[in-house]
Amino acid sequence: MVQPLTPASTKLSVRGLVVRRGPRTILDVPELAVGSGEVLAIVGPNGAGKTTLVLQMALLERPEVGAVFFEDQTVRGRELTLRRRMAVVFQEPLLLDRPALANVEAGLRLRGVGRKERRERALRWLGRFGVEQLARRSSRTLSGGEAQRVSLARAFALEPEVLFLDEPFSALDTPTRAAIIDDLAAVLAETQTTTVLVTHDHDEAARLGHRVAVMIGGRIRQIGQPSDVFGAPADEHVAAFVGVETMAPAKVISRGGGLVVLRAGSHDIEAVDAGVFQRALVCLRPEEVGIAAPGDHEADSSVRNRLQGRVARVLRTGADARVEIDCGFPVIARITRRSLDELGIEPGSPVVATFKATAVHLIPR
Amino acid sequence: MELIWEGLREAIDLLVHNKHDVYEIARRSIYVSGTATLIALVLGVGLGAVIAFKRFPGRMFALALVNTGMGLPPVVVGLVIAILLWRSGPLGQLNWIYSTKAMIIAQAVIATPVITGFTAASLAALHPRLRLQVYALGASRLQMLWLLLQEVRLPLLAAIMAGFGAAISEVGASVMVGGNIPGQTRVLTGAVLLEQSKGNFGAALALGIILLAMMIAVNLLFTWIQLGIRRDAALPMETQAADAGTLVQPWSNR
Repeated sequence: MVQPLTPASTKLSVRGLVVRRGPRTILDVPELAVGSGEVLAIVGPNGAGKTTLVLQMALLERPEVGAVFFEDQTVRGRELTLRRRMAVVFQEPLLLDRPALANVEAGLRLRGVGRKERRERALRWLGRFGVEQLARRSSRTLSGGEAQRVSLARAFALEPEVLFLDEPFSALDTPTRAAIIDDLAAVLAETQTTTVLVTHDHDEAARLGHRVAVMIGGRIRQIGQPSDVFGAPADEHVAAFVGVETMAPAKVISRGGGLVVLRAGSHDIEAVDAGVFQRALVCLRPEEVGIAAPGDHEADSSVRNRLQGRVARVLRTGADARVEIDCGFPVIARITRRSLDELGIEPGSPVVATFKATAVHLIPR
Repeated sequence: MELIWEGLREAIDLLVHNKHDVYEIARRSIYVSGTATLIALVLGVGLGAVIAFKRFPGRMFALALVNTGMGLPPVVVGLVIAILLWRSGPLGQLNWIYSTKAMIIAQAVIATPVITGFTAASLAALHPRLRLQVYALGASRLQMLWLLLQEVRLPLLAAIMAGFGAAISEVGASVMVGGNIPGQTRVLTGAVLLEQSKGNFGAALALGIILLAMMIAVNLLFTWIQLGIRRDAALPMETQAADAGTLVQPWSNR
């Protein structure tokens, strides 16, 4: 779904944006640019300032410090005109108390679009999101998923040049969410709408975003291709947010042949060498870590790292289990429940944590 | 009990034979209170929106004032307006004292806080993000207000009913500034007061019954409109959006 982004002109950008609430700085973004046709996903924990950033970029709040630029021109003095070239979908559908069709037409009516064209566009977009049969239904009678589909249709009917989606799926159940994301992905691919998608869901971000920006504490800590952000987080905060669960401080003991050997606790760990540093944080995603029985020397030679340890905790989630192994430092593995049962793992069991050298991401420190 | 039957009989007699100019008095009541409610609606919706949306110093005080105003003693309103409009008073040269104009002002003053209170409360009860969503749809400030007022159309109708009720049932201020002059400023409440003071309980009661019947009729009308809106919510509505065409910014009213 993610298409390579050709370097395009900047559609929307912010410079030197600082937002304070009382003594607290809740947003501090020196520079951020969204390219024409790009889908920029902004991820981050609750309270990271994602929504504040969207409100600023969507010209719904005026910055006290810094400025917003539309196609490299300042937005000052033409906010209403520019707002009419954008659209926002919030987490709540926020429909007006009238029929779905009237909701989708509302923004067009504000722009003075004629009745016939209004109706035609509204019905077309309701249809595109699979809810045209709800056109005459009162918005109050719609389910959460239906209402959010109407809300998306309302935004797309405006044919916005910039679309903001502020956690539009967070309040939906998993199947509903998956179905809407499918439709949205198809529409975005077709319309090539410049989009800023705020989410705290990594999968959503990786699936829909050309680029992903990680926001923590009001700052953008990392921005790049999804594979970079999720595979090679820039610092431990980003790492923790994007799902790295094992982080062990280590010291380089040797280098050669593109590999680096580091010592973490009493273990030697092999990793792909990536730069000049003496100390690093060894990062592992839980799905990259396997578990073997102590005597089991399987022939998979690509698994360079085999760390002896003991099971500290086992947490059974839906289909998976999260196993914390004490190797002198905690190593977290996510394995299927079937593997868990086959291995007979329980707290105190001696096990071997296994992972490939290529699975290790190193954050120099 | 007998008095009530007598009152009912006399009410019918009044209506049938148009005694005491009852139709003229009733018409004047509707005219004065209707006009006052209209004025109060314009002022009340504006003030209510300001209180609901603007953050300004003294907002708490304004809210307390409105809440007090919802139970404003009509006699005090009458007194203050009478002083202002008195021939030697600051607005004396208008020559409005003892006219229906003075009564409209008095009743508007009484009804405005009622409508302001209802408007502010219902707008404040909307989802706080709805206003941002409406702006995000491309609304100017006036368009935003227009759309949100449509969202609160039901409580707004209740506000109109309450405001009209407060205006038409009020007697103290109207008599003080209107003078209860037959053929000129006499309204139903004033007529009840007069007949009662003359000991004509039957006629007073009859006029009271007519007043009540009128209020019920007006409220029935509005309730019917309310129910119609409820039903209509499932059908497309062709409402005219107010296009301000001006570049009004959402943040300028925070």
